[in-house]
Amino acid sequence: MTLQQIFVFAALGLLAGRAYGRISRPWLLFAASALAVFWLQPAALVRGFDFWLPAASLGLAALVWALTLPAGASLTREDKLAAAALAVGGLLLAATRYLPTVLLTASRPPQVELVAALAAALALLAWLAGRFGRGRAAVLGAATLAVLAILVALKAEPLARGLNAGLRSLSGQDPSLATAFDLNWLGFSYIAFRLVHALRDRAAGRLAHYGLRDFVTYIVFFPALAAGPIERVERFVPQLHERFLLGAAELQAAGQRLVTGLFMKFVLADVLAYFALNPALGAQTTSTLWMWVLLVAYAWRIFFDFAGYTHIAIGLGLLFGIRLPENFARPYSQPNLTAFWNSWHITLAQWFRAYFFNPLTRYLRTHKWPVWAVVLVGQVSTMALIGLWHGVTLNFLIWGLWHGVGLFVHSQFAAARKGAPAPARWQHVLSVLGTFIYVALGWVWFVLPQQAQALHVLRVLFGLG
Amino acid sequence: MDTQNISPLRLLLKAAVLFVGLNLLFAALNPLPALGQLSLYNSLLPGRQRLPYGDDPQRSYNLNLYSVEAMFASHVLAGAPKPADEFRVFVIGDSSVWGFLLENKDTLTAALNAAHLHSADGRRAVFYNLGHPTISLTKDLMILDEAMQYQPDLILWPTTLEAFPWDKQLASPLVQNNPQRVSALVATYKLPSAVDPLATIYGAPLSNLSLIRQRRNLADLLRLQLYGFAWAATGIDVHIPDEYERHAVDLAADENYGSLQPPLQPSQLAFEVLAAGQQRAGDVPVLIINEPIFVGHGANSDLRYNSFYPRWAYDDYRSLLAAEADAQGWHYIDLWQAADNDEFTNTPIHLTPQGTLLLAYELLQTLSTQFDLNP
Repeated sequence: MTLQQIFVFAALGLLAGRAYGRISRPWLLFAASALAVFWLQPAALVRGFDFWLPAASLGLAALVWALTLPAGASLTREDKLAAAALAVGGLLLAATRYLPTVLLTASRPPQVELVAALAAALALLAWLAGRFGRGRAAVLGAATLAVLAILVALKAEPLARGLNAGLRSLSGQDPSLATAFDLNWLGFSYIAFRLVHALRDRAAGRLAHYGLRDFVTYIVFFPALAAGPIERVERFVPQLHERFLLGAAELQAAGQRLVTGLFMKFVLADVLAYFALNPALGAQTTSTLWMWVLLVAYAWRIFFDFAGYTHIAIGLGLLFGIRLPENFARPYSQPNLTAFWNSWHITLAQWFRAYFFNPLTRYLRTHKWPVWAVVLVGQVSTMALIGLWHGVTLNFLIWGLWHGVGLFVHSQFAAARKGAPAPARWQHVLSVLGTFIYVALGWVWFVLPQQAQALHVLRVLFGLG
Repeated sequence: MDTQNISPLRLLLKAAVLFVGLNLLFAALNPLPALGQLSLYNSLLPGRQRLPYGDDPQRSYNLNLYSVEAMFASHVLAGAPKPADEFRVFVIGDSSVWGFLLENKDTLTAALNAAHLHSADGRRAVFYNLGHPTISLTKDLMILDEAMQYQPDLILWPTTLEAFPWDKQLASPLVQNNPQRVSALVATYKLPSAVDPLATIYGAPLSNLSLIRQRRNLADLLRLQLYGFAWAATGIDVHIPDEYERHAVDLAADENYGSLQPPLQPSQLAFEVLAAGQQRAGDVPVLIINEPIFVGHGANSDLRYNSFYPRWAYDDYRSLLAAEADAQGWHYIDLWQAADNDEFTNTPIHLTPQGTLLLAYELLQTLSTQFDLNP
C-alpha cells in the first residue's frame, strides 16, 4: 500500500465511522474490499491482468464459498445480492475502459463482453460446485491442491515464467519476453492461506455457515490484503455484525497504530533500506565490520517494514471496527528461537501449526516415531515450507531449514534443561543476543537470491572473505 | 470524550493550522545551513574523498545536493584540524577534477597524492579533491570561498573555456540554489550583475524557505548521511557503467560557439571571476591550469577541435587566458594537450585513468619548478 492509498482508506474509515447508523458496515466493507482489490493491484506486464488477477481473487473466494457451504444451506437473499453485486460491479469496472482515463485499475480493463462471459462461466462453476461438490472431501481436497498449485506456480520461477509465457501468448504478446515477475498477484499468498483455511476447516467439519458477502470480505479485506495478518474466519466474520461506532477511544487506538505503522514503514524501514544488505552491497563489501552493519540493518529493516504494515493494517481495521490479530510481539527481544517464532509473523506460524505441523506430528506419533524424530521432522519440514512460501528457491529453502534445525536444537536443549533454575539476567541478555545473531545470519539466505552471494557474505561476516 | 466530540472539520482545521505554522516557523528559522553542518561523516562514517555528486544514487551511494555546508561536512577535509606537517593543496574545478567515470583511486588528486610530494620545508603535500561536476567559474569561486576556512597552502584550479562565458556562470544548479552565497561574493568582489543570481530569474529566495519548498533539500541532507553507510562499506562513490557513449570523433560542420562571434573578446570571458578567486585566496598561491581537451582528427576537425569547441573560439581563449594571466601575474600553465587522444571518455574533457596520470605527470613538473614540491 502506498501512503496515498493508506490515507484514502483512513479517510473512508473516518467518514464511514460516523455514518453506520445510516449505512450497513458489512456491505460497506464488502464493497470497499472488492473495489480495493482492483485498486491495490499493481500493473501486470501481461495485458489485462491487473484486472483479471483481482477478479480471480474474488472469483476464487466465491467458488470456495460455494464449496464450503454446509449441506442443506440454501442461497439467501443477501447471498444473491452479493453475487449480483460482484457480477455487476465487475461489468461496470470493465466498462470504465470506455472512459478517457482508467479509474481503478492500473491499466485499461478488458472488453465488457469477455468479462460478462467469464462472469457467467464463474457463476455456473460456482453453482456446479455448490450443487455437486459441496462438502465432499475429495472435492475439498482437490480444491485445496488447486489453490496451493496456483501458489506454487506463482512462487517457482521456472513455472511462473512458463505460465507468464502462456498468458502472454493468449493476450497476443511476445512470449519470449516473459519473466517470472510479469504477474504480481497482490496478496495471493495470504488469500491462498485463507482459502485453504476455509477448505480444510470445512473438510474437518469445523467451518460455520457464512454468507457470500461476509466470506468474500474476509478473504480480501483490504487492510490485510497486501501483507496480512492471516485472520481466521470464525474470528473475523462475527466482528462484521457487532454494533460499531467510531468513537474517540476507537479513533485514538486506530490512530496510534497507524502512526506507529507509518513511522515504522515509511521512516525507519525506508531509512534502513539505504544500507540494509542487498545483493549489490553484499557483493561490494569486503569489511567484516561493515558487513555486520549491513546485515543488522537488514534485520531491522525487514522487521520495521513488515511490523509497520501490520500496524497499519490493524489501525485501518480498527477504523472500520475490525480487530485484526497481532503479527509481531517484540521478536528480537526473545531469548530463543522458539520464542522468536511465537512472536514473528505470528499468524503465519499459527497457520502452519494448524494445517501442517499438528497433522504431521499427530500422524508420526500414531505411527510410533520416537519423540525426537517427530519434533525434528515436524519442525524442519514446517520451516522448510515456510521458507518455500516466500518463494520456491534454494535460498528460501535453506533459510527455512536453518530455522527448522535451530528450532529442533533449541527444543532438545530446552528438554534437557527442564527443571533447571531460571537463567540469570546476563544469561538472558546473552540468549537474546545469540538468538538475534542466529536469526540475522538466516536473513543472509533470505535476502540474497544466489547461493554464491550468500556464501560470500557469510565468509566476509566471519572474516574469511 | 464520546463520538459526538469528533468533528472531521475541526480535525482538518487543526491540521491546517499546524501545517501552516510549521512552514512559517521553518522559513523564519531557516535551519538548513545549520543542519547541513550536522554530519555523521568523519566520525561514525569516514569522510568522502570528493564532494558529493551522483546521478544514480542507488548505485553510486552518492547524490547531488545543494547544501555547500553539507557537502563540505561530508568531505574528509572537515575531519580534523590541519596537521602541522601537512602542506595542504586544494584542487578545485569541474567534472574532470572530480573524476567523472573514475574511481577515487584514479582521480587527479589520487595521482598527485601517489607522488608523495613534500614542500621545501619538509611538509608532506596532501591534495584534496574539491572538484564538482558542473562547469562554471562562479561555482568554482563559491567552492573556493567555502574551502578557504580549511587553510590551504596552494590551490590548483584546472579549468576550460566552457567555464568562462558569462552566460555559463549561473548555469550550475549548485550556483542557482545558493543565491545568497553567490550574491555575497558578487558584492564582495564587485562582480558583474550577470553572475548575481538574486538579480536574475533565480531571485526571490526568501519565499522559497518554507518547509514544503525546502523538503527536497531537507531530504537530501538526510539521504547524504544515509548513503554514507553504503559508501563506508564499499568505498564506492561513483557508478561507472560497463558501456557508455564515447565522445564524438566526427564533428558537425558548425563553427558556432554559443552566442559568441569571432574573434573572442576578453570582456566575453569571466576573467573577473578568476581574479576574484585569486583575491579570495589572498596569500595562498593559485595555479590556473588550462585542462586537456580532445583534439579531433575526424570529420570537420578543421573547423572544430571537438564537440565542445570550434577551433577559433578555443584558440582565442587560450591566447586571452595566457595574456590575462601574464598581465595579472597569475600562476598559469596550459596543459591542453597533456593527454593523448585515446585517453578521453564520454566528453572531450573527461580523462581515463591513464589520461589522468599523463596530466598529473605534466603537472608534477610545474609543481616542482613553480612551487618547490618534490618527492
